[in-house]
Amino acid sequence: MTQAVDPVVAADPTAPVLSARRRGGGLLAVVPPVLVGVAGLVAWELVVKVGRVAPYVLPAPSAIGEEFWATREVVWRTGLASGENALIGLLVGAVVGLLAAMVAARFRFLGEVSIPVAAAAGALPIIALAPILNNMFESTSNVPRRLVVAIVVFFPVFVNALRGLREVDPIHRDLMASYAARGWTVTRLVRLPAALPFVFTGLRQASSLAVIAAVVAEYFGGLQNGLGSRITSAAANTAYPRAWAFVVGACVLGLVFYLAALLLERLVMPWRRV
Amino acid sequence: MTAVALAGVTKVFNAGRADEVTALTGVDLTVGRGEFVSLIGPSGCGKSTLLRLVADLIQPTAGTVTVAGKPAKQARIDQEYGIAFQQAGLFDWRTVQRNVELPLELRGSSKAERRARAREMLDLVGLAEFAGHYPAQLSGGMQQRVAIARALAVHPPLLLMDEPFGALDEMTRERLQDELLRICARFGTSAVFVTHSIPEAVYLSDRVVVMSARPGRITEIVPVDLGERGEATRQSAGFFTGITKVRRALRGGPVPAEAQA
Repeated sequence: MTQAVDPVVAADPTAPVLSARRRGGGLLAVVPPVLVGVAGLVAWELVVKVGRVAPYVLPAPSAIGEEFWATREVVWRTGLASGENALIGLLVGAVVGLLAAMVAARFRFLGEVSIPVAAAAGALPIIALAPILNNMFESTSNVPRRLVVAIVVFFPVFVNALRGLREVDPIHRDLMASYAARGWTVTRLVRLPAALPFVFTGLRQASSLAVIAAVVAEYFGGLQNGLGSRITSAAANTAYPRAWAFVVGACVLGLVFYLAALLLERLVMPWRRV
Repeated sequence: MTAVALAGVTKVFNAGRADEVTALTGVDLTVGRGEFVSLIGPSGCGKSTLLRLVADLIQPTAGTVTVAGKPAKQARIDQEYGIAFQQAGLFDWRTVQRNVELPLELRGSSKAERRARAREMLDLVGLAEFAGHYPAQLSGGMQQRVAIARALAVHPPLLLMDEPFGALDEMTRERLQDELLRICARFGTSAVFVTHSIPEAVYLSDRVVVMSARPGRITEIVPVDLGERGEATRQSAGFFTGITKVRRALRGGPVPAEAQA
């Protein structure tokens, strides 16, 4: 079992990550997923070519690849625009989510009330709010998109962080009591660091969601500077391989965000790499 | 002055509810300065509860707990004791050194002082070269030694330990017992030590407090006089006599079936 998501961490975010041993020697672990990916692409190409699938149903990966290369500058530029929206929304949503979780963890009543409220907010099809938010701002504004991203990001960060902040090891609680430490001292020294693995689980989920939200929010009009708006306009012009090329761009952007979150996790929690 | 004094201590959990439990009743106990006292008894006899009362992690339903001549709460606030549990309870995100520094940090010691003291304590438990490691990199026994170093970091006059060696293998256990005695002798530290191992209680203690369950109370206090402990002590006649005495005291309780646990 070698995959991008460490199965142990996914199952239990507090479990220590014993990288060297479990990952079976770095590069070697990358080979199986790459092989599967390549095989998938070859199969796709064959199905399209042999089966004479119409390009508007499904273009061949080679056609998408060509188009991607031809439009790489536009993909890069629009990717940056969408990425900027996703990043700003992600930062705002994550900071607000974390602060809200800290407040909710501090006051029992708030914590109990906030979980169902947050769950309801999480169940809201936030993307559906995009057209409404669009109307609240000027048509040239990036704010509604960033707002959508921030709202989408808030939920996983808040819920995971709150869970982590509330789960304090009883021994740590006793120890801090024996040191006569209270309130924010305990939050700073024990709750927050202990919650970090949970926070990062939330952030990893949020990082991919942020890109999806940023791209999809562009489907509802407004500025035409992002990947999402290019996908809709290419599809409307029946330029399917080009639409797919932007989809690939969005996929890469999502991966970049996910890997950045993963990297940050490693940097912030060096004790989990031991 | 006595290190710990309990007078008429009773602890009732969930008082007035259907699941009311009398964990301790009518406990009187004094621990002298520099004295090592073990609490032993079947599970449910309230030995951990007694320790937690001394630590002021819980408060008695009746009676008084005095530590270092002051009420238990004041003693806790003044960090008059260090405490260690069965699980080391180290903070994963802090290096060994910074784990030991934590109680000093909360006391407001200067950085240099913290560093020096943590070094000293890690030297004492033989882990100086692991100062920069994270707890996950250490074995269970090493983690427990760090926990002891942390408990000792503020040079507390009293050490409270709740089965600190319970999860360790026999060899590590014996080595840590010797280490603990050496440390207590060096600083004149008093100790209250909860265990369910009869040999451990006898080897470590000046007095073994034998308790029984339902309701938890002290049934007998067995004095042990083995003098200077060493490798030979574990083979000595006095050691075995002590073990027999404690075992008999445990059997004498109303729940003999569990006394061997």
